Amino acid sequence: MVALSANNLNKSYGTVQALTDLSLEVEKGEIYGIIGPDGAGKTTLFRILTTLLLADSGTATVDGLDVVKDYKQIRQIIGYMPGKFSLYQDLTVEENLTFFATVFHTTIEENYHLIEDIYKQIEPFKDRRAGKLSGGMKQKLALSCALIHKPTVLFLDEPTTGVDPVSRKEFWEMLMKLKTEGITIIVSTPYMDEATLCDRIALIQDGEFLKVDTPRNIVADYPDTLWAVQADQMHQLLRDLRDLPFIRRSFSFGETFHVTFDNDTTPGQLKDFLAAKSYTNIAIKEIEPTVEDCFMLLSRK
Amino acid sequence: MKQFRSFVRKEYYHIFRDKRTMLILLAMPIVQILLFGFAITTEVKDVKVAVFDPSKDASTQRIKERINTSEYFTIAEELTNIDQINDIFKYGKINLVIVFSENFAENLLHTGEAKVQLIADGTDPNQASTLTGYVSGILGSYQQELMEQYQVPFQIIPETRMLYNPQLKSAYNFVPGVMGLILMLICAMMTSIAIVREKETGTMEVLLSSPMKPIYIILAKAVPYFTLSIVNLITILLLSVFVLGVPVSGSLFWLAILSLLFVFVALALGLFISTLVNTQMAAMLASGMGLMMPIMLLSGMMFPIESMPPVLQWVSAIVPARWYIEAVKKIMIQGVELQYIAKELVIIGVMAISLIMLALSKFKTRLS
Repeated sequence: MVALSANNLNKSYGTVQALTDLSLEVEKGEIYGIIGPDGAGKTTLFRILTTLLLADSGTATVDGLDVVKDYKQIRQIIGYMPGKFSLYQDLTVEENLTFFATVFHTTIEENYHLIEDIYKQIEPFKDRRAGKLSGGMKQKLALSCALIHKPTVLFLDEPTTGVDPVSRKEFWEMLMKLKTEGITIIVSTPYMDEATLCDRIALIQDGEFLKVDTPRNIVADYPDTLWAVQADQMHQLLRDLRDLPFIRRSFSFGETFHVTFDNDTTPGQLKDFLAAKSYTNIAIKEIEPTVEDCFMLLSRK
Repeated sequence: MKQFRSFVRKEYYHIFRDKRTMLILLAMPIVQILLFGFAITTEVKDVKVAVFDPSKDASTQRIKERINTSEYFTIAEELTNIDQINDIFKYGKINLVIVFSENFAENLLHTGEAKVQLIADGTDPNQASTLTGYVSGILGSYQQELMEQYQVPFQIIPETRMLYNPQLKSAYNFVPGVMGLILMLICAMMTSIAIVREKETGTMEVLLSSPMKPIYIILAKAVPYFTLSIVNLITILLLSVFVLGVPVSGSLFWLAILSLLFVFVALALGLFISTLVNTQMAAMLASGMGLMMPIMLLSGMMFPIESMPPVLQWVSAIVPARWYIEAVKKIMIQGVELQYIAKELVIIGVMAISLIMLALSKFKTRLS
């Protein structure tokens, strides 16, 4: 069963091409992640799918309904949480929720079971103005508002941007629970670590999908052995790694550098080389590639 | 319907919780009315005049007394030499000099004619014409009194070409103007800002992706500002009747209908602006420059339309406030019957319908 599909979507703003021949298909009850940096076209894609923008060319359907012709029906069945905090700051938590419930022809009581887990965390503050909530609470409220009418398809545009790690974790636990309710979830995020929590992910850059697969397959497809390199002189290390002829790729990755070697090179060679350049505390170890490594690899092509 | 009610309630929350804005909106008409009524007034009160009187006879004495005792003037100086006049204006303390001819009483009684020269400070033409008008009025009433006394025609000829308007209450001119300005400001500017604010904060995205009909979004926005403008209208009318003493001579019912039509024009304009811009700042500028300026300058509120060059007169014809203000003047101050404001009613009505159609056709069910 297909919950959502798009065929050859194109969209440009003036001379900037936001989406190029983009196609996707999302199964019912799936958590589908769209992973990519800012400006990759995630929000444009979401807006086309939520009937808010018209594509220049290409078609898309949500639950079998055309996003152009049947936009009114689509608006009845989708939940959308835009990237920017988009609740009424001067309304209280409860007023916001009540308002969105009425807008979607429902009441808080009717679908309370859906939002119970999230909402009960912010319920103690239900008389507080939404503008005075913390980032994590705002996001929980926004999710509650997007869920209150039990949508068939839920669109979450960067829901965890600017949210603390604990709240992010809780948020994803919520999404897992919603999945069991049969709600299809399309979520975009710039955080690669969240990608592994999706059923399938699409890596997007410059308006094009680089790859679509399960996170496990994407990682498994990584062609080379990946090594993490560390030393005391990190700054100098970066320059030296870039200049070394036998290193195929190197990426800065938090506290370490991820590198891949040319075919016949061994980590020992690198260690000797670095030692000769008087680096101290050199550590080189083999690691499992992550989604981010895959993204970096694909986006360099 | 429940959807709509809930939306309207939300709009009221927005307005009531933004205390500063609400205060401004409610206080604005009061401040404007009082400001125009008392501070920026062309009315005459205790204006200092100087007199040059070579005759010093019974008649000139009598006239000077009358001028001095009137609430409009105070005689501040008696000049002894005609050459002092230039200097006295330079100091700016005196706004008007009254010069009697020599042998004033004698001329008046024997030839039936006497001359008075009124010299006003021309730097403020409005004030000058008002002052000379008032003095002519006092002279006229003295002349009237003499004629009743002697049963002979007397004539005191004030040498001034300026016209006399017996009322000259500036409030009569600006109350309709303020009404037009306030209604336009609240309905057009605030509605457009309120709609654009939803675009700016991103809530419009959520609303548009919901089953809420876009037309409801608009109407719900308009309702609170509509109410607010009614409150303001009542405030203005109460203030003008009880504080400024400007009566509502005509039919209050038609005044209400007229105002209602004008409110629709303003709402449609506000909606139209909101479809063109994406930030609150732009909405404010657009309604400020696009609506306020024409009302202030071209509606006849400040400057009479008849004295504008023809091109500006044509331009003023498309300013809705011009017709509204004109009709309000007629119905409120002159107290005319319906048929005399039919033209304005029709023009405003046509403007309302076509602007609402234009705005609705422009309103998008999608972003951008």
